[in-house]
Amino acid sequence: MRINTGVQSPLGLGWMRLQQNRMAISAAIVALVIIAAALAAPLIAPQDPNEADLFRRLQPPVWLGGEWAFPLGCDGLGRDILSRLIYGARISIFVGALVVLIASVVGILAGLAAGYLGGWVDRVITGLVDILLGFPYLIFAIGLMAMMGAGFQNIVLALVYKEWVVPCRIVRGETLAAREQDYVEAARALGASRSHVMLREILPNILSPVIVVATVRMAHVIILEASLSFLGLGVQPPTASWGSMVSEGREFLLDAWWVSTFPGIAILVLVMAINVFSQGLRDAFDPRMQE
Amino acid sequence: MRFGKVVERFIGLIPVLLGVSVIVFLMITLTPGDPVQIMLGDARSSPEQEAALRRDMGLDRPIHERFILFIANALRGEFGLSFFHRRPVIEVIGERLPATIELTLVALILALAIAIPLGVIAAVKRNSWLDRLSTVGSLFGVSLPGFWFGILLILLFSVKLGWFPVSGRIGFSAEVRAVTGLLLIDTLLAGRLDSFWQALRHISLPALTLALPMAAVLTRVTRSSMIEVLRTDYVLFAEAKGLRKARVIGLHALKNALIPTVTVAALETGSLLGGNMIVETVFGWPGLGRLVVEAIFSRNYPLVQAAVLLYAVTYVLLNFFADILYTWLNPKVRL
Repeated sequence: MRINTGVQSPLGLGWMRLQQNRMAISAAIVALVIIAAALAAPLIAPQDPNEADLFRRLQPPVWLGGEWAFPLGCDGLGRDILSRLIYGARISIFVGALVVLIASVVGILAGLAAGYLGGWVDRVITGLVDILLGFPYLIFAIGLMAMMGAGFQNIVLALVYKEWVVPCRIVRGETLAAREQDYVEAARALGASRSHVMLREILPNILSPVIVVATVRMAHVIILEASLSFLGLGVQPPTASWGSMVSEGREFLLDAWWVSTFPGIAILVLVMAINVFSQGLRDAFDPRMQE
Repeated sequence: MRFGKVVERFIGLIPVLLGVSVIVFLMITLTPGDPVQIMLGDARSSPEQEAALRRDMGLDRPIHERFILFIANALRGEFGLSFFHRRPVIEVIGERLPATIELTLVALILALAIAIPLGVIAAVKRNSWLDRLSTVGSLFGVSLPGFWFGILLILLFSVKLGWFPVSGRIGFSAEVRAVTGLLLIDTLLAGRLDSFWQALRHISLPALTLALPMAAVLTRVTRSSMIEVLRTDYVLFAEAKGLRKARVIGLHALKNALIPTVTVAALETGSLLGGNMIVETVFGWPGLGRLVVEAIFSRNYPLVQAAVLLYAVTYVLLNFFADILYTWLNPKVRL
């Protein structure tokens, strides 16, 4: 790889490395296309995703004798699968992004406080983190959903309750290391307040691992949401979500494989795209972690 | 590692286990609405029945008393009655546990059997097409939604090809007397090869579904630790001595390269527990995971609570063992 010999910031170098990684860029494009489709769902979806018509029940995709108006065929209630996929992307992406965003904000604040303030604050936060780590993720979410009931808001809450632990641990570790650095010492010596040191001095310097991890976690959260929806604990019908679409299609495996198969492919493509992109981010911005 | 250190570590688990119990306790306590009403649902019940259920669940006492009672009962393995089965929760769970343990163990073995050779080959033939294939395969494995992969396997191997049964653990005619509860062992103990073969065919697809994401992670771990070990002086020295490459890799390098793999496998076994719920639901596997999913929909809260606690305690203990195992295998790390 050729690297410009001019003086470059680590961030600039990272961007350059990322741009040269064709796999990562293609993955980012795939993910962006899905996100754009989700955002523009009302404009591009060919049909109303919830409009049922039993005359179209289990109609096959267009290449198997279906019609162009319903290119990927119809489900058990005669609803257009393509339109439901496009609308379902909204749930996956929105839950994924929202959970990771809230969890990152909570995790960063808790991690900074634990790492920088130490003492009882650190003990309380690490204690809570250790307890939450004691639950397998999916079981924790399923347990909570069972008690709180299904629905969009509850799914986000159930996942955030555990997800914040991930950024929190990273930020705490990085903050502990940063606390001893000269730039933090200098800020303290100049009389900066604790919140200034944490948010203005330390945070910008430790943000890149948090962002890299956030992308991987988003892929993870999307699979968790789909799993919960598959079990019937996610957003409720008739709202389309990829997990519940796979579940609905199970009944028709024998004569209508397309009902379950397409939403599954959608999950796989989105999650893989995010994973490849996040691998590229990691390689570009943290070359130590390449191996 | 000194025994005292292990004990010390173990004692350190107590606050975590206590915290886990508090959360499981709160899960049901802070549920909006009256759990008795929710559990009874639409069933017609007299005020006396409601009061009896409330008393049974201890809901008529103050919250701190209820928590102490919950812990005391949990320690004795008492989680109340499973409303739906009209039997103690612990009994119902005990019945389903062997199926889940069997599935988890087979998945674990399968994951290791896929990951170790693949990871070693990828490391030895670094940057070859095999290495790239294993990278893509791992990426695929971690991105694959388990519930969908299971359905695809059913569609292909059960529905289309008819090689494997669609669901269940064993056919009626092939049932044998339970000794360990693990059918693969019980059928062999009974000397029934036909039943063993049937049990094996039943468990293959669910175990593969459960194993694949784990195999993906373990392949990556084995690959990178093998690459590191292959660079160490002792391996280079063994090669310089003129030992055959296969011997150096198989005997000298592998032993150390597998330390992270074994540790991560122990950790990942915990996440198999979550995957169980999905896989058991897809394959109609009569284990604990499916029981919990059923319990959620029949609002059988005491059972859900007991199962979540059981899963969490198992998970904490597995992590503890992974930690001990890592230290034991790796003399460079001292607790």
